Amino acid sequence: MKAAKNKKILLAHGGGGRLTEQLIRHNILPKLRNDVLAKLGDSAKLDFHSESLFFTTDSYVVKPLFFNGGDIGKLAVCGTINDLAVAGARPLALSLSLIIEEGFEFAKLDKILDSIGQTAKENNVDIVTGDTKTVEAGGVDEIFINTAGVGESIEGVELGLDKLEATDKVIINGSIGDHGLSVMSQREGLEFQTELLSDCAGLGGLIGQLLENTDGVKFMRDATRGGLAATLSEISSGSKLNIEIHEKNIPIKPSVQAAADMLGFDILTIANEGKFVAIVKPESADDFVKICKAHPLGKETSIIGKVTESSGEPTVRLITKIGGKRIIQMPYGRELPRIC
Amino acid sequence: MLERIYKAQQIIDKACKQLGRKINIMEVCGTHTVSIFRNGIRSILPANLKLLSGPGCPVCVTHQGYIDTMLELAKREDFLIATYGDMIRVPGENGSLESMQTNAQIKVVLSSEDALELAKDNPDKKVVFIAVGFETTTPATAVVIDEASQQNIANFFILSNHKLVVPAMRALLSEKNNKIDAFLCPGHVSVITGSDIFSEIVEDFSRPCVVAGFEPIQIIEGIAEICKQLAEEKAELKSIYNAVVTEKGNAAAQRMICECFEPSAGYWRGLGKIDKSTYQLKEKYSQFDAFKHFGITDVPGKERSGCRCGEVLCGLIEPPECKLFGTSCTPDEPIGPCMVSSEGACAAWYKYNRKESDESS
Ligand code: SF4
Repeated sequence: MKAAKNKKILLAHGGGGRLTEQLIRHNILPKLRNDVLAKLGDSAKLDFHSESLFFTTDSYVVKPLFFNGGDIGKLAVCGTINDLAVAGARPLALSLSLIIEEGFEFAKLDKILDSIGQTAKENNVDIVTGDTKTVEAGGVDEIFINTAGVGESIEGVELGLDKLEATDKVIINGSIGDHGLSVMSQREGLEFQTELLSDCAGLGGLIGQLLENTDGVKFMRDATRGGLAATLSEISSGSKLNIEIHEKNIPIKPSVQAAADMLGFDILTIANEGKFVAIVKPESADDFVKICKAHPLGKETSIIGKVTESSGEPTVRLITKIGGKRIIQMPYGRELPRIC
Repeated sequence: MLERIYKAQQIIDKACKQLGRKINIMEVCGTHTVSIFRNGIRSILPANLKLLSGPGCPVCVTHQGYIDTMLELAKREDFLIATYGDMIRVPGENGSLESMQTNAQIKVVLSSEDALELAKDNPDKKVVFIAVGFETTTPATAVVIDEASQQNIANFFILSNHKLVVPAMRALLSEKNNKIDAFLCPGHVSVITGSDIFSEIVEDFSRPCVVAGFEPIQIIEGIAEICKQLAEEKAELKSIYNAVVTEKGNAAAQRMICECFEPSAGYWRGLGKIDKSTYQLKEKYSQFDAFKHFGITDVPGKERSGCRCGEVLCGLIEPPECKLFGTSCTPDEPIGPCMVSSEGACAAWYKYNRKESDESS
């Protein structure tokens, strides 16, 4: 079948008429092929086996659209899969909504759709329903994507902040700051941009293995916006317990640290797109780490600290590399690159 | 590394015990301030040793009059303001550049080069670069002035508030009641200027000056060197940043500064007007001088009521002593520049130390 001959998206591509039909049949369907979507019904019918369902949604507006290690399409699929996985769900299916600016190049759209299709396939998740809208030039910045996802519960797994206790271990599946600094340095055109690689990845597979093969996992969260600092603060305030982290155990790539230092950022506050923080019973921590290290997305997994009792306001403390102490808080405001 | 830290700590502990009194060391660079807080360095120092954050954060030392001028220019028609990121959140009486960003032309740039590019790309606009920072950023501004002059870029201007470190240190020590025993001096300024610039502080005021880098180990070893000198009643200039700092500095960068700028009297937040403390464009480049070109008189300006940034950056009070700290002034809604800049003492204190100070008070 021949692809649409226009090189750029026109307003009419979202109008619901012939061009819309062409866009869906020629550009979208072939890349996301699966039985449910192929029916193009108003709703997708899903079969599932668990008693409860998990349901989540997220919108993606990243700039630049294509970055080292991924693009907005991969991000939109991975992000929603990860939100399901860290909640203890097995991702079942996603929806995909595209809001495209008039004049957006088909070549770029195709690249993004390829990446969406491939990422969904790699993560064993189908995109079962979707929508496309176009808006006039300036209405959005090139393309915005929304994905929603449903997942079924894994038998015997129930995660929650209420399960946390002092002595539980805090584990992360690899180095921090890679995504945020890669995207930021590319956006600003910094010279070291080529050395940095986003960690954007779907964690459904690894987390599925962990939840099926270990017990003692109490809570997980993906450390996205606000970085490790935000995630740890949320866990501490949500559980009303303190957390103590050892800086020397946090995996950080030297090139990423150098970029953060140059821009004056605290690397703990930088976004990740393929990292989770897990709170695990101490007896299960070694098994958990072993499974992670055997998986490509967890080779650098590290136990970075533990949960401790709290008598006052729940606090996250960092024992720095030199043995000093400081607190870690929810990042404030907007971090701005410094002057010198 | 831990062994080196342990060794330095022993020197510090021994000296502080021997001295037996309160010791105040001032770090005169915002990057030191951030590193000290981020690495929890204060928490491993003896109780009688205090680190004071000095006038080393470019945003913080910028006087309110300059901020007001910048905000006023941003409102003028056909103007484009190019600024480093930290400046856009500094508030004036009616908001900051950030709050104006929707209706005014403001561009955050990462370098002076970007600002010049902006001028070339927008020939119908008057592009004003908010040129702040110490000797570290001054050469980069000088480079673009030279370029603009060679290429005859008529719509590019700078509002210079580039500062010199040493005159501010002198001003602090000239205050009768200052409590400063020694200075931890910034490595990156010294890379440009050479560590020799601090020798007048040692000679005229007998205060130890130690130049150190920003790695925690360098800072701790710098503090150890200072403590040792104090215990031995010495005051010397030492650099423990030898890999890159030389006594004479970077001659090419100094030539660039000299070519375009000359030190003149300028205002500082908290310190008032200091002679030969601010780089002004030389007469031959006056066409790029926004002050001259647009007939602006630099004035000290009026600080926002209640804000004690001036005292904070002179090391006279610690941020929690300001009534607004953590209540009406937070990094989300800053009142003074010391809470805006990531290098400001109030912001660093709030981010990395707030709860500890709550607990101990
Ligand atoms: S806490 Fe805020 S108002 Fe007080 S001195 Fe610091 S910046 Fe100024």
